[in-house]
Amino acid sequence: MNKRIVITGVGLTSPLGNELKSFRENLINAKSGIKECDIRYMGKRPAGLCDFDEFKYQKKKTRRRGTRAGSISIYCANEAIADSGLEFEQIDKSRVGVFIGLTEHGNVETEEEVYQMHQNELDYNLWSIHHNPRTVANSPAGEVTLNLGITGPHFTVGSACAGGNMGLIQGVQQILLGEVDYALCGGVSESPATFGIFAAFNAQGALGSHEDVSKASRPLCKTRNGIVISEGGCLYMIETLESAEKRNAKIYGEVVGYAYNSDASDFVLPNTTRQIECMHKALKNANVEVSDINIVNLHATGTVMGDVNEVAAVREVFGNSENTYVNFTKGHIGHSMGAAGALELAGNLPSFEDGMIHPGINVEELDPECEMKNLVYNQAIETNNVNYVLNNSFGMLGINSSVIIKKI
Amino acid sequence: MTPEDVKNIVLEIIADVAPDEEIDDLDGGQSLRDQLDLDSMDFLDIVMELRKRHKVEVPSEDYPQLATLNSCVEYLTPKFA
Repeated sequence: MNKRIVITGVGLTSPLGNELKSFRENLINAKSGIKECDIRYMGKRPAGLCDFDEFKYQKKKTRRRGTRAGSISIYCANEAIADSGLEFEQIDKSRVGVFIGLTEHGNVETEEEVYQMHQNELDYNLWSIHHNPRTVANSPAGEVTLNLGITGPHFTVGSACAGGNMGLIQGVQQILLGEVDYALCGGVSESPATFGIFAAFNAQGALGSHEDVSKASRPLCKTRNGIVISEGGCLYMIETLESAEKRNAKIYGEVVGYAYNSDASDFVLPNTTRQIECMHKALKNANVEVSDINIVNLHATGTVMGDVNEVAAVREVFGNSENTYVNFTKGHIGHSMGAAGALELAGNLPSFEDGMIHPGINVEELDPECEMKNLVYNQAIETNNVNYVLNNSFGMLGINSSVIIKKI
Repeated sequence: MTPEDVKNIVLEIIADVAPDEEIDDLDGGQSLRDQLDLDSMDFLDIVMELRKRHKVEVPSEDYPQLATLNSCVEYLTPKFA
């Protein structure tokens, strides 16, 4: 890369905390943020919801006009700016970009309008005048620019559940291209507000459940039975190392490499070979060896096939590396869809400072097909030093992404 | 329905459409847009809420009748009869 790009701010909301410190503590302490939630038509189902204050940075009117995804984005963007220490009012807003990864957008609003129409004798004249601006695909990123007066570029990156990584990658690329000096980038999801996603996973036999709701999401466990859907968001403030050092900013880590590719093999089933290729491509792009990576964060959603395929891929790449530990996050917070990649990466960033590696949780009995060396589960471990993290995020239609962050 | 009832209905809708605004001391004779942070989408929202909640239609050529609180009441009261 022709510029060194660093993370200087983290803004997040998750089922386990609305800022990095508490989120990290809950990951280390093996907490679950999954609860029973009312899902339209389907009754109570395990899900992960966020409890951040929607009106900390947003007026009631814009919240009413906008979307939950926009509200999550606005909260995360403002938190990332505050965390970065950047004097935001003093900088040129045309040199700031907003790039947000999404799994999907518009389902929540469309389902609600159709529901309301059915409550009113199918009178389409009552359809909301706000439906179009709410459901255009750039909506959550656009809401951030409206909220913060940002006049640089904004768009969303539709990339299924690789969205969080892909939003961050897009931010990096926009800085590399010289289009912006600062990027607010990552991913968001409001998916628990749409019953259709629950119903579809249910129809596929891939909706996670357990008599103890806190164990509904249990990737790599022999008895896992599917995905627990969550909302969340994580946006990073990124800029060049030169810019960060000039203002003496706190630096979480450097984005030294990334990769993405396509399976071209199935609508939903993952492809181990392409995942292996993606991780190797990221390592090459970062100019590091397999043994340099200290933490690999799995995408591990808790589906039977997804976990087995990914563990096979990671075992192939890192199976002989003594220094590489492997963890996962969806046991704690469920699958936060478009936010997952960015949120799960954030959960591992504090390892650069404290050397701790948070566990993946809820593994009552490890699936023999998911066994691998240095797998960290159920209990955190302490290491001497963490210098590199590789974060995997994969999505439907066969989209793979890996991001590598280096300690500064 | 009395003009006072209609006034309260309009104020209730404005409070929902513009929830950040203080509406207790509105001057009925002054333009609503001069006193509140309302834009064209908000007025469309007010028209929509009248339709949805009270089945009252306001054709687009009559939108100027909603300029002030007093004109709203004068225009809408016969529609609530």
